Amino acid sequence: MAKNTYPTPMLDNLESGPWPSFITGIKRLRDDHPDERINSVTNGLLGQLEHSYETRKGYWKGGTVSVYGYGGGIIPRFSEVGDAFPESKEFHTIRVQPPAGNFYTTDMLRQLGDSWEKHGSGLVTFHGQTGNIMFIGTTTEGTQHFFDEINEYGWDLGGAGPCVRTAMSCVGGARCEMSNCNEHSIHRWMVNNFTDDVHRPALPYKFKFKVSGCPNDCQNAIERADFAIIGTWRDDMKVNQEEIKNYIQKKGRQYLIDNVITRCPTQAISLDDNDNFIVDNHNCVRCMHCLNVMPKALHPGDDKGVTILIGGKRTLKIGDLMGTVVVPFKKLETEEDYESLQEMAEDIIDFWAENGLEHERTGEMIERIGLVNFLEGIGIDVDPNMVSNPRQSSYVRMDGWDEEAEKWFERKREEKQAASA
Amino acid sequence: MAQEMRSPIESGCPDGFQYMHPVMRKNYGQWAYHEDPQPGVLVHVANSGDKIWTVRAGTQRILDVFTLRELCDIGDKYGDGYIHFTIRSNIEYQVADEAKVQPLIKALTDAGYVVGGTRNSVAMLSHTQGWLHCDIPGTDASGVVKSMMDELIGEFKEWNMPNRVHMTTSCCQINCGGQGDIAINVQHTKPPKINHDLVSNVCERPSVVARCPVAAIRPALVNGKPSLEVDEKKCICCGACFPPCPPMQINDAEHSKLAIWVGGNHSNARGKPTFQKLVASGIPNNPPRWPEATAVVKKILKTYKEDAKDWERMNDWVERIGWPRFFEKTGLPFTKYHIDNWRGARASLNASTHIRF
Repeated sequence: MAKNTYPTPMLDNLESGPWPSFITGIKRLRDDHPDERINSVTNGLLGQLEHSYETRKGYWKGGTVSVYGYGGGIIPRFSEVGDAFPESKEFHTIRVQPPAGNFYTTDMLRQLGDSWEKHGSGLVTFHGQTGNIMFIGTTTEGTQHFFDEINEYGWDLGGAGPCVRTAMSCVGGARCEMSNCNEHSIHRWMVNNFTDDVHRPALPYKFKFKVSGCPNDCQNAIERADFAIIGTWRDDMKVNQEEIKNYIQKKGRQYLIDNVITRCPTQAISLDDNDNFIVDNHNCVRCMHCLNVMPKALHPGDDKGVTILIGGKRTLKIGDLMGTVVVPFKKLETEEDYESLQEMAEDIIDFWAENGLEHERTGEMIERIGLVNFLEGIGIDVDPNMVSNPRQSSYVRMDGWDEEAEKWFERKREEKQAASA
Repeated sequence: MAQEMRSPIESGCPDGFQYMHPVMRKNYGQWAYHEDPQPGVLVHVANSGDKIWTVRAGTQRILDVFTLRELCDIGDKYGDGYIHFTIRSNIEYQVADEAKVQPLIKALTDAGYVVGGTRNSVAMLSHTQGWLHCDIPGTDASGVVKSMMDELIGEFKEWNMPNRVHMTTSCCQINCGGQGDIAINVQHTKPPKINHDLVSNVCERPSVVARCPVAAIRPALVNGKPSLEVDEKKCICCGACFPPCPPMQINDAEHSKLAIWVGGNHSNARGKPTFQKLVASGIPNNPPRWPEATAVVKKILKTYKEDAKDWERMNDWVERIGWPRFFEKTGLPFTKYHIDNWRGARASLNASTHIRF
């Protein structure tokens, strides 16, 4: 136990109440851990945090810390009040990439905990908002030792700074009936192709891949990924009429009408006089609502693939942006399919690295240069699925109309030929 | 340096398959449906007939190694030794035997963890680092979340809400917490206070000028030193200059407030994904318990719970009843600050006679 602990009256207040307390956890490290180094560093941390609570200010500043051979992956933190709380004056976070889908055995968690206890504060989070395991609190030296140790048994740093960031994927095919793609395979294929760009920040700003297996988008990919990969299907949804009838028996016909039929955003479903669930599959937009309500009765079809949206991000600097559809549907089954997706990501990152301004996300670049310039830059044809509606303003020069219209007809002819071949 | 440095093995993202429950490995991509036997518990049934039960629990998120080992002990003794973490930092245990479910729930509950967070509950707040570790935070994150979850714990453990409620917090206006049905985010209300003695040494001035969303920052000589000045009439107090230039202190004990936003929804279910909208601001940043923010959140949750229909997320509900009624029902004031003036703002104005009376 640390001999003289800093008083923490405000933090002590967070030990009461029924939800588990992080303060109680940090205090256990301070008071009960056998290693004096950990007692001391967590004492300093609590002292500084109490100071923040009293003054309503943060006291960490960044800096430059990395491990040998890499340029990123560490969030350096030096205390601005290190004189008052010298025990935790260096308190860096190590970002480590989790396994795709966030699966662990207890054995592996223990092993990571043992390594962290040797070199760090003993505090860890599964996971941060970018998706990393965050090992919170160590010195510059501890950073290297901890990384060397866990890197030997299969763990690598995540991204920090202007680089390709750690990717995220939902639980997916491991345990979800709505899965439309191999989320974890896509996740690893994409991000591990950019390992160099993860470890050595040299891009305009951050670039994130996120994979969700269905349009419920449990990974928030559209909202916060530069490259969102969302599983979907294009044939008919599967309907088990027996289960529909079971549902009606259990919840009532009116409940189904009020909560499923009338909530369909494109009025693509109806219930016939014999309680059969009828789907207008051509007008279904795969929103997932009816499947969510009746997961036993309704399932995605068999012709599965992904939709790609580009440019989602949070507020800084021009305001929040959702991703934009760039590929409405793409099969992801063969190695060639994966390779072409990877090539598309390479084209996008290269174009953005070349044309993006400093600290400009892909979505902001697209906003600045227009979607068409972006598409031409990466060699993708326009598609009406990319817009909510066509242009409203006549203020545009359109003297290339005939050529552009011919391109469309040419594409349609090619599609027809390919379909009949 | 005398000793040779070790070169990293650039292995990247590990394969999760090796850490996955064998029943999940065996039935990968072959799941038929799931059911929700009780709050915090899911059972997934595979086409093969295999079943896997999931027990989900909320934790303190910032885990110390003692807590991590305790969670592993529970997983070894009452589970099958396999763990999955959700995007909202809940811990999940997967077991292949239904008989293990209730003892596992009891063990978690006895140890102080909170089983729940599934389906139409108030899920765990997803949050950021705050004063504990961030370099630019206006408030704490873990403390805000602990305080709120202490009061919302009943809603985490039950299925009382019309649909799921995802809440988030962010400690600055960059909004790392992301979109949520309810978001509690720092909102600064005064321009940065500049320490002109430090600017030229610490900040790359052109980058800082470029970072400002409203071009309110310009280079200037102050007391004979190169520095930066802010046009305070243009300044929107967003704090974007603070990360690249710490001498432009934006955080203020009194003037950094909390704002509450509702209706962010990342799912495509029913409508397209939506961004959250401002509903309340000027809420004091009041550690250690932030009671004023929690009170507003509870008021919104209570109104939503009473008024929304089954399956309506917060944004679906407001879309049905309209914003005037949202403010009427929650009793929150509607001010000039609710009317957007950012780029594209005209699209948020009502250009119709669609008005509810």
